[in-house]
Amino acid sequence: MIPSAFEYVRAASVEEAIRLLQESNGEGKLLAGGHSLVPLMKFRLTTPGKLVDISRISELRGVRKEGNRLVVGALTTHSQLASDPLVREHIPVLADAARQIGDLQVRNRGTVGGNIAHADPAADLPGVALALDALVELHGEDGQEVVEIDGFFLGPLITALPETSLVTSVSFAVPPEGTKSVYLKYPHPASGYAVVGVCAVAGTDPDGVVNYVRIGMNGVADVAYRATAAEQALLGQRATAENIREAAALAAEDGEIGSDLFASEEYRRHLSAVYTERALSQILL
Amino acid sequence: MTKRTEISVTVNGVAKSTEVDSRMLLVHFLRDEQGLTGTHIGCDTSQCGACTVLLNGEAVKSCTVLAVQADGGEITTVEGLGDMQNLHPIQQGFWEKHGLQCGFCTSGVMMASVGLLQQNPDPTEAEIREALEGVICRCTGYQFIVSAVQHAAKLLAESGSNAVDQGTVQVGEGS
Repeated sequence: MIPSAFEYVRAASVEEAIRLLQESNGEGKLLAGGHSLVPLMKFRLTTPGKLVDISRISELRGVRKEGNRLVVGALTTHSQLASDPLVREHIPVLADAARQIGDLQVRNRGTVGGNIAHADPAADLPGVALALDALVELHGEDGQEVVEIDGFFLGPLITALPETSLVTSVSFAVPPEGTKSVYLKYPHPASGYAVVGVCAVAGTDPDGVVNYVRIGMNGVADVAYRATAAEQALLGQRATAENIREAAALAAEDGEIGSDLFASEEYRRHLSAVYTERALSQILL
Repeated sequence: MTKRTEISVTVNGVAKSTEVDSRMLLVHFLRDEQGLTGTHIGCDTSQCGACTVLLNGEAVKSCTVLAVQADGGEITTVEGLGDMQNLHPIQQGFWEKHGLQCGFCTSGVMMASVGLLQQNPDPTEAEIREALEGVICRCTGYQFIVSAVQHAAKLLAESGSNAVDQGTVQVGEGS
């Protein structure tokens, strides 16, 4: 399979990338690792007239700590994320989730910014980003903007990212002290994409009452979402098996749960509850 | 508007400068332009891993990389590992441990394995299986492949050399 013809240009800076996008009159697409875009182009599901390659803008690569956040440059690959010492020390669940993306070759090319900007509802990072209160930094013709991840995903492969903007970094909150985190997924046996993916961050006070909980879901709905109903049901309750089961039963409430050839809506709702219960039990019991 | 792009790459240690269609996939560049048909096209959808090559020392699926993205890079294909007179340890491992039957996936599996051994010269069985998640073999059931990689790791340790430098070509550090 061969993509349709396009003009290839390389941006040396964020500003140049924005200018090249502006000049493309809606025909331009950003190319980073290409592991979401190139497959779509090979299927001719997208046929951009121009590719703006941003992969050589070195300032968009790498992880740094700013306050209680880790700022991950958009071009950081999943392999780099999985092995980064700062990530492993401060947000191990993020490294662990990155290690579950695709396979080694895919992780060597795929980028964090590309993953978030592509907004595949079955990708692993969107749910993890939601559970870690991620902030997405955008650069566009009107300058820089930081947006919350909750609300960034609008639909399958659709985000709030303006056409002539690019994601320059994604920052993830270091979970509060005393909390634990986990990412669990049931992968599609062929593609490895999440049929259901649950990222849970939670903790209790000294009396065993849940005082912090975040649950991000991917794979089950048309967009990744926060399982707010389940979070609310658990917050302020004692961390018991029964309370966790009751809260986890609400994990599908906040999503538009989808059906496809592999999994029906009913099955996905069931898996949502089962995996959320497992995730919460693992970190709270 | 030009839809062709000038690229310079090093393929198995040999520098090449040429103009390619911007939309040309790296696997087609290697097979059709360079005549290196040891790199196979299996699924063509970045799942099976038959097209795996090393780009700047890292295993990548060349059906999902544009040739223009490899510009300035160093590429190693199976032809860069060794030859019949001088097998690379990974090739020796696959030979001695029966790591293949039909052989279609084998070049990709070997390149993924070399990528692993370069970063982790003494992998556990679990680490080998994890690194080979991105390659599909329909013949062997993987057990003999794992044995082959373990054997290669042993040979490399005995020879005291790096997985890539062991080959007939010298490849520098990844960027």
